Amino acid sequence: MNALAPLLFAGLVLGCWQLACVGFGVPAVLLPPPSGIAAAFAAHLPMLWADFVQTVVRSVVPGYLIGCGAGFLVALGLDRSRFLMRGVMPVAGVFGALPIVGIAPIAVMWFGFDWPSKAAVAAAMTFFPMLVGTAAGLAGSGAMERDLMRSYAANYPQTLRHLRLPAALPLIFNALKLNSTLALIGAIVAEFFGTPIVGMGFRISTEAARLDLDVVWAEIALAAFAGSSIFALLTALERAVLFWEGSRR
Amino acid sequence: MTVVEAAGLSIVFGSGTQQTTALDGIDLTIARGEFVSLIGPSGCGKTTLLRAIADLERPTGGTLVVNGTTPEAARLARSYGYVFQAPALYPWRNVERNVMLPLEIMGVAAAERRERARDRLAQVGLSGFEGRFPWQLSGGMQQRVSIARALSFEPALLLMDEPFGALDEITRDGLNVHLLDLWRRTGMTVVFVTHSIPEAVYLSTRIVVMSPRPGRIVDVVESGLSAERPLEIRETPAFLEVAHRVRTALLAGHSYD
Amino acid sequence: MTDRARTAAPVLTVLAALAALWYLAAFLTGGGPRAIVPAPHEVAFAVAQGVFGAPVTSPHSLIYHAAVTAATALAGFALACVVGILLAVAIVHQRVLDQSLMPWIVASQTVPVLAIAPMVVVVLGNAGITGLLPKALIAAWLSFFPIATGMVAGLRAPDSLQLDVMRTYSASGWDVFAKLRWPASMSYLFVSLKIAATLAVVGAIVAELPTGAQAGLGARLLAGSYYGQTLQIWAALCMAALLSLAAIGATDLAQRALIRSRGGRA
Repeated sequence: MNALAPLLFAGLVLGCWQLACVGFGVPAVLLPPPSGIAAAFAAHLPMLWADFVQTVVRSVVPGYLIGCGAGFLVALGLDRSRFLMRGVMPVAGVFGALPIVGIAPIAVMWFGFDWPSKAAVAAAMTFFPMLVGTAAGLAGSGAMERDLMRSYAANYPQTLRHLRLPAALPLIFNALKLNSTLALIGAIVAEFFGTPIVGMGFRISTEAARLDLDVVWAEIALAAFAGSSIFALLTALERAVLFWEGSRR
Repeated sequence: MTVVEAAGLSIVFGSGTQQTTALDGIDLTIARGEFVSLIGPSGCGKTTLLRAIADLERPTGGTLVVNGTTPEAARLARSYGYVFQAPALYPWRNVERNVMLPLEIMGVAAAERRERARDRLAQVGLSGFEGRFPWQLSGGMQQRVSIARALSFEPALLLMDEPFGALDEITRDGLNVHLLDLWRRTGMTVVFVTHSIPEAVYLSTRIVVMSPRPGRIVDVVESGLSAERPLEIRETPAFLEVAHRVRTALLAGHSYD
Repeated sequence: MTDRARTAAPVLTVLAALAALWYLAAFLTGGGPRAIVPAPHEVAFAVAQGVFGAPVTSPHSLIYHAAVTAATALAGFALACVVGILLAVAIVHQRVLDQSLMPWIVASQTVPVLAIAPMVVVVLGNAGITGLLPKALIAAWLSFFPIATGMVAGLRAPDSLQLDVMRTYSASGWDVFAKLRWPASMSYLFVSLKIAATLAVVGAIVAELPTGAQAGLGARLLAGSYYGQTLQIWAALCMAALLSLAAIGATDLAQRALIRSRGGRA
């Protein structure tokens, strides 16, 4: 019944919002009531769908998969060389803290206005957390468990497959969940730097400039929905794969 | 037939001014089928000696022969099973798959793996628990799974590092009886590290008393107790006499300072 | 060899390799200041020009833009600290809030802040609030989450034995908070502050994009992109990186002070 409390809370907030807007006669230009947003959402469904496809399906998903995949593979590749690990980890940590989102204009120059540049930004933003998370996870298996593998004369691939990768999964999933938000932000930011006339970032900036606020709110609702759904999906996947993890606490 | 032969074995950790002599000139021979306990206070080198036999530590001096070859060759030939102080089970595998882990690594076929795992679990009295996960078992049961895992590939040599140290005394007694039974049935050689005098005397054919700073052997006590050892034997005069000899050796090695 | 010395050689090797790759990319894209990837020394020169070559108050000065972004980041960071810490204290002490609020705090991060940004600007603009505050709010949105979750974890860190000690003294709720939970949470807080600082910088830059700002590193990126001034983009990007590093450095100093005051271990 843990799901009930946050839903009740949200219901309470939405209820108050609706009452306040209607009751105090708040101008829709300032803050539309939830009913207004729902109406706008329904009214612009085809356009919202096109924006969703452009931003999430075409830009975020490929960028996320490429960035996370590359981060994972590079971490695996570096794993064999302690020298390289010691060199790359601090550099990757610092790079990951920088505003990578700033490469968006450069990406647009390289890949053009359409979705590849947005995917590139999403990939760049998700690469470092995945690299750092995977490397930290691989380093995390206990000394006793590694000695056990040694006593079986297990070779490197066997140790990786049976011990180090499963033990690394919690940190890898942490990175995957964090990356889902980063990829979405990256794609939307990239749209500010040039985009064909479709996409969530594009729609928000143009409609906000035209003061067409209920469309903006509808897009925000869409973005919130997209972001939370992806996160919830990953959390469900994590719970299924990491069924054993709670026991470690 | 000797399984382990150490001559002048030394292991020194660190270098320069930060050196610790974990083992200093150890001479020890262990024959097939013996149950040898290594007992002593913390820092006496008993775990280091066990790890050296397992090729988890490298000697810095002297010689060490395991199963007629170097410890490394013995490890690569998977000649021994190792049981740690903690169960070290993988929480993402159920009990059966934990026991099958070494067999998977050694490339044993699936059907045979399962059969052997079930046999071992029966041997340690855990039939019916194959589908459970480690966190669903008590500490004593987890440690039994760990022993079953060490035995799954039928090594001739079993190395155990204070395996029952984290358990309560009653569980411990039960496991001691189990272990002794297992040893008698399989005829394995067991090297067992402990800091409990009653446990060492109860289980062993020979007790090696060690002392620290630097780690060395103070005395080797032949048990001489009968092969049939119910738990009650621990209150007999013969038992207490052996325990007394062990304690005297520990005192001589300044273990209580 | 100390830990520092051991990491120095590998890090330098990696950095050298990256510099070599950069030069290679510059070479492959034709080189020169108008190329997509200008050579590192050209970027360095542009940065130096932006820093030293223009008076600090002129819109040609990178220091000016960095200062604008830094001001936003700082305001957002401060706001995030206050809100994050207060929320954490409330959540830890009121179970109702924990169950109802925490999931929404997590969900708030899955909403891409940039979707909210123009809205925040427009709504506040209509209410007569412009300038620093809307941007600071966006920066705060990004950076409050690690602070809130870190503080919650930290305030909950004391174990049952430590709490029992307080109970044997019949300590008041305030005492338990001030003398146990708050000190226990400090190490968690400082780790989160480092992450939050970098997020505040990112938030400040991102906040300048939809708000049509004329000043700030984000605005500079946007302008460079509109006019095809590649070197301007790269220079602004480097400046942003330096700003982030400064933010990390500042929180690191604070963290070291904390560790020193606790005898070498946080």
